Amino acid sequence: MTTIKSLEDLKKIREEALEKRKVKASEGKAQVSVAMGTCGIAAGARETMKAILDVIEKDNISGIIVTQTGCIGLCEKEPIVQVTVGTEPKVVYGKVTPELARRIMKEHIGKGNIIKENVIQA
Amino acid sequence: MRELALHLLDIAENSVAADAKTIRIEICEDISRDRLSMKVEDDGKGMTEEMVQRVTDPFVTSRTTRKVGLGLPLLKEAAEACNGSLTITSKVGKGTSVYVDFQRSHIDRMPLGDIATTFLNLLIAHPPIHFIFRYMIGEKEFYLDDETIKSELQGVSMTEPVVLTFLRNFFESGIHSIQTVA
Repeated sequence: MTTIKSLEDLKKIREEALEKRKVKASEGKAQVSVAMGTCGIAAGARETMKAILDVIEKDNISGIIVTQTGCIGLCEKEPIVQVTVGTEPKVVYGKVTPELARRIMKEHIGKGNIIKENVIQA
Repeated sequence: MRELALHLLDIAENSVAADAKTIRIEICEDISRDRLSMKVEDDGKGMTEEMVQRVTDPFVTSRTTRKVGLGLPLLKEAAEACNGSLTITSKVGKGTSVYVDFQRSHIDRMPLGDIATTFLNLLIAHPPIHFIFRYMIGEKEFYLDDETIKSELQGVSMTEPVVLTFLRNFFESGIHSIQTVA
């Protein structure tokens, strides 16, 4: 069974994560929330979330909180992603394909540029 | 929804919405009996008998934002079309269990789909919830009680890139290894 070995690896990984977090402690925290009600899942929200996690991994972005919410009543706009950077007001994006999710991560989270054409009123 | 893994995510999200503290997810592919079953068990707020009876009706939902729920009725129909069934047992204040099974070889049986991503998404998006994942194919088993991982992490976020890479590989390789014929 490979589990035991993997969990030993996890100890090292935790240390590594703690080290990196110290370095990046000054960066503003961002929260990304993917709507994962039946409507969201049916519209592809799981792949949207997968794309978000993929960018965090590949671009090595520390300090992002990724959560899920239920249906927020805008099923026709799903997949919906809500982004909050630091103390700024929440921004809600609609029809977030994996491609758009990647752009949100790079532009909004990375550079602070809101992608205005994909913002919806909620 | 074209994957059983997406239905599984949907059912588990119902458990999250029902304020579950522990969610147990089991998938079992019994090759000799030609059955494929999935179970999601939670300790959430549960439902009354009346609600349980009505919950597979497409025009019933507990949500307040939209009047029609479609997850469970569609899954029930898909199971029944494959010589299977969907059963819900629930007790107010105790929790809910959803069990669905299919004839594994049935031509209309939906593919299982990306189980690793479903498990990973649930685990990462709901840190306070205790997840137990089990996936069996014949004699082979993938099992994770997330306590083992969470106690090791000691509060380090699961979305830290190195931790995320570890978790993704853990699910992907663990599930791949039982799905691959030895």
